[in-house]
Amino acid sequence: MRYLIPFLVFVTMVVFLAIGLTLDPREVPSPFIGKPAPRFSLPQVAETGKTFGNEELQGQVSLLNVWASWCVSCRQEHPVLMQLARQNLVPIYGLNYKDERAAALGWLKQFGDPYRTSAFDADGKVGIEWGVYGVPETFVIDKQGVIRYKQTGPVTEEVLQKKLLPLIRELEQEKTSS
Amino acid sequence: MKWCLIFSGLLLYVNVQATEIRHFDDADKQQRYENLIKELRCLVCQNQSLADSDADLAQDLRDEVYSIIQSGKNQEEAAQFLVDRYGDFVLYRPPLKITTSLLWLGPFVLLLIGASFIWRQAKRRSTRPQAPELTHEERQRLQHLKEKLGR
Repeated sequence: MRYLIPFLVFVTMVVFLAIGLTLDPREVPSPFIGKPAPRFSLPQVAETGKTFGNEELQGQVSLLNVWASWCVSCRQEHPVLMQLARQNLVPIYGLNYKDERAAALGWLKQFGDPYRTSAFDADGKVGIEWGVYGVPETFVIDKQGVIRYKQTGPVTEEVLQKKLLPLIRELEQEKTSS
Repeated sequence: MKWCLIFSGLLLYVNVQATEIRHFDDADKQQRYENLIKELRCLVCQNQSLADSDADLAQDLRDEVYSIIQSGKNQEEAAQFLVDRYGDFVLYRPPLKITTSLLWLGPFVLLLIGASFIWRQAKRRSTRPQAPELTHEERQRLQHLKEKLGR
């Protein structure tokens, strides 16, 4: 009985610390979840004359992957994206963040291009509009152009199977209103 | 002497600020900007403020804050710009909301629990029963002993 209270205090602390261990402090909840994707219009990486913007994201479930040729973790997730692109389950669009055009094009040539199109965000302004803070980041956007999920850090096979694909399937079921 | 020089050199080095020099059209704006970047968290190196961080993103965000302040907006509007994009996390002083209530009130709750614990302990100690009264026999023995010792 004498030791009961200290013991309970100890157990409570252990529980809190254990929960703390499972949390990733780098994962900052995005304020955009459930909100329309921020407006943007940028030149494409491959074709400078053409632009890429919100209109292309309307009417379909899509992924917007923020990447750069200088980003090490992007290389890590790249095979996963390539595989996803081959399966043709969901269109993947790229946002090339603070990169150089030649380097970006070289990267796509060397490792393969999983993107329908990549937008070229040279100064990172659109990245800031989208709340990007650590490349790679991947946004899941629904048919209405609303952001439904954000993956910060590389898309791994596990993230794809457990989070992204189930969500994409669910969003595909939603009707396009208007 | 040599060590003294090296040491003072190090001290000087520490004093050099990483933040770039910004020009404002009035001192008030400068003050606003400087206050703000100390209150905002860099998302890349999370334990550094925008003012302290050398990260690329911190630099870009300082640029944003600078142009917002320069355009004549106040501190709240500039902070809101970042909160809209990165969430409350960018504020070193998060607003009091339901989700942050534990953060704000938790320490006071713990203080109350601690205080009530100490108060209860103190009360218990003060009301602890006194030593039992001596019996008639014991008192006689005590008296006897005292006489024996000549008191």
